[in-house]
Amino acid sequence: MTDQPAPLGDERLISMFTQMVRIREFEERVKRTFDDHPGVIRGHTHLADGAEASIVGSLFAMRDGDQLMTTYRCHGYPITLGTDPKAMMAEIYGRRDGLCGGYGGSMHLADPDRGFLGTSGIVGQGIPQATGVAYAAQIRKQGQVVLCFFGDGASKQGAFHESLNLASLWKLPIVYIMENNSYNVATRSEQEDANAAAGEPLSVKAAAHSMPGVTIDGGDPIAVYETVSAAADRARSGDGPTLVESKVYRLSAHGNLIAPPGVPLHYPEHEAITVFGNREEYEAALRGDPVPRFRMRLVEQGTLTAGAADQIAEDARDEMEAAVQFGLDSPFPEPEAALNHVYA
Amino acid sequence: MAREIPYIAAVNEAIQLEMVRDDTVVFYGQDVAPSDDDPLVQAFGRDRVRVSPISETAEIGMAVGLAIAGYRPVVELLMAEFMLVAMNQVVNEAPRLRYMSGGRVKVPLVLKAGYGFTAGWAGQHTGSIYTMFAGIPGLKVVLPSTPADAKGLMASAVRDDNPVVYLMHYLLVLEHGDVPEGEYLVPIGEAAVRRAGSDVTIVATGWTVGKALEAAEMLAAEGIEAEVIDPRSLQPLDMPAILESVQKTGHLVLADQATRHASAASIIAAEVAEHGFSSLKAPIKLVTAHDATIPYSEPMEAYVLPDEVKIAEAARQALGTAPVTA
Repeated sequence: MTDQPAPLGDERLISMFTQMVRIREFEERVKRTFDDHPGVIRGHTHLADGAEASIVGSLFAMRDGDQLMTTYRCHGYPITLGTDPKAMMAEIYGRRDGLCGGYGGSMHLADPDRGFLGTSGIVGQGIPQATGVAYAAQIRKQGQVVLCFFGDGASKQGAFHESLNLASLWKLPIVYIMENNSYNVATRSEQEDANAAAGEPLSVKAAAHSMPGVTIDGGDPIAVYETVSAAADRARSGDGPTLVESKVYRLSAHGNLIAPPGVPLHYPEHEAITVFGNREEYEAALRGDPVPRFRMRLVEQGTLTAGAADQIAEDARDEMEAAVQFGLDSPFPEPEAALNHVYA
Repeated sequence: MAREIPYIAAVNEAIQLEMVRDDTVVFYGQDVAPSDDDPLVQAFGRDRVRVSPISETAEIGMAVGLAIAGYRPVVELLMAEFMLVAMNQVVNEAPRLRYMSGGRVKVPLVLKAGYGFTAGWAGQHTGSIYTMFAGIPGLKVVLPSTPADAKGLMASAVRDDNPVVYLMHYLLVLEHGDVPEGEYLVPIGEAAVRRAGSDVTIVATGWTVGKALEAAEMLAAEGIEAEVIDPRSLQPLDMPAILESVQKTGHLVLADQATRHASAASIIAAEVAEHGFSSLKAPIKLVTAHDATIPYSEPMEAYVLPDEVKIAEAARQALGTAPVTA
C-alpha cells in the first residue's frame, strides 16, 4: 500500500449517500414500470438494490481516467458516474433517446466518456475484457486503474481464473470486485462453490493466483471505499491486482420473470422465499438494508440532518419520475436503424 | 518493388510494418516471442509484444478490452480450432459490443490463426471452420491464398475498425510469391479473378484456389476455359464479382475445403440461386470436403478432400461434357 485512502469529508459522505439513494430510486422505478406500464420493458432486467453501498463505495475510489467494466446488472454504476438517468431509462424502454440508442437495453449500458466501457451479458465474460483494458492502461502509463465487477457465480468460470492469472503475472492495474450476493440466480453458493461449501470466504481464490484477497461487508460504503482505494493504490503503484469479495444481499429476485410475450414480466419474490422458503433470511436482509443503514449512521454522527436526508430522497424521486416520463415520451427508433452499427 | 518471399514471411512482414506505423498495435499469444532477444521484442518492447499462457478466453477477451480502450491487438492463436475454446469472446462479445452500445465503442482487433492443415494432423487441427465466423454480423473473415494477399489483407485487418478473423492456410505458409515491399494493402471484401475464362466459373478459397487453377489447366487442354475467382474474404463476401462471372459463363463450380454443410460454397450457392438463377445454364456443382472429421491416414484424408481432379470433373459435369454422377 502506498498511502492511506483520502479521508471522506462530510461533503463526500453526503454525496455517497445521495448516489445510493439515486440508485435505489432508479431501480424502484424500473421495477414499478412492470406494473405501471406493462410491456414497456422487454426481455430481462437485473436490479442493483441491496448493492448500492458496494457500488458507490467502489466508484468513489476512482480517480480521473480510471475505467470500469461490469456485468449485466449494470444500472448502478453509470448513475454514480453521472450518466443521465433519463437516457438510461429511455434505453431500458428501448427508445431512440436511450443511452445506446435502443440497441442494448438494460443489460448492455455503456458510457465510455465516463470510463464505463460496457458489460457482458454472459457470466464471467467481462472479466478478461476488463483485464485487457488494464493491459491498455499499463501500456499507456498514465496511472489509470480498472475496476472489474462481477458476481460470485462468475468465479467458477474459466474466464475468471485465466484473467486473474494473467493480471497477477503481468501486474496489471486492476481491482477485481466480486459482489457476492450468495446466489447464482436460484442456487446458493455452498451448492456450487467448494470454498463456500468448506465455509471459506470466496476471496481465498486469490491465493491461487498469487494476489491479495480480502472479504468485506459490501453494505458499508466506507469500508468498501477504503478497501477498494487501497487496492487501487496498490494497482496504480505497479504492484498488481487484488481480489475484493464484497458481500451484498440483492433485495430483488435475480431478474424479472422469464416468459414469452403476453405474460406480465413482474418481479417475483426473492429466491430465498420462492425456492428455499426462507422468509426470515430475506427479512433479515431487509433489516440490514444498506441505504437506511447509512442514512442512520450519517444522521447519528451529525453529518446529515433527517430533514436533509429526506430532501435527498425527495429529489431522487423527482429525478427518477422525470426519467420515467422522459423514457415514455421518447420515440422508438426507426426500424431500419437496426442495420446501423453492425460494422464500424 | 515486389520480390519473392514465402506466405508466412509476408504475414509477419505486415504485422511488423503495422507495428512500426502505429504504436497502438499490440501483438501477443501463445509462444509469441518468449525470448527477449526476439526481433519483435527488440523493436517494440515488452509492452507491445508478449507471450501469453494457454488461456484463449483471456487472450481474446483481453483483446476486446484492449480494443475498446484504444489499442489494436493482434492475437496469435496458432490454430483456428483454438478459437473454439473461447467461442463466446469470438462470436458473442467482440462483434456485438459495438452494436449493443449503439456505436459508442469500437472493437478493432485481429484474431490470427492457421487452418486447414490437412497434412496428417487428424481430426482436431485440420478444420476449415470459417463459416462458423463468417455468419456472425460484426465479424470480418479473411482467407488469403497468396503471399501478396497474406501481407495486404493482414495490413488491412490491423487497420480495420472491426474485429477480423484472419485465417492463414497452413498448407500455403511456405509457398513463395511476389510480394510488394513497404506499405501494401488489399481491401477486405474485394474478390480477385485468378484466371480469366468464359466457359465455367470456379469459386475457390485458400488452398483450393491452387487446386482450382490446376483444374483449369486440365480443362484448358480439353478446350474449356475456366474463370477462377477467389473471394479472399467471406465476410464481407464479394457477391457482385461472382454474379458477374456467372452471368458471363453460365456455369458455376464451388470448390471448398470445408465440409459441405459448413462450407462457404453452400452460402455462395444460395446467393447465386436467388440472385443469379437466370444466368445459370446448368445446376451449380459443389466440390467440398465430405461430411466427415478429417482422418489421420493419408489415403483416407485425400479421399475426403476436394482436389484438382474432382474440381475438373465437376466442371465437366456442369458443362455437360461428362456424365453426371451422384
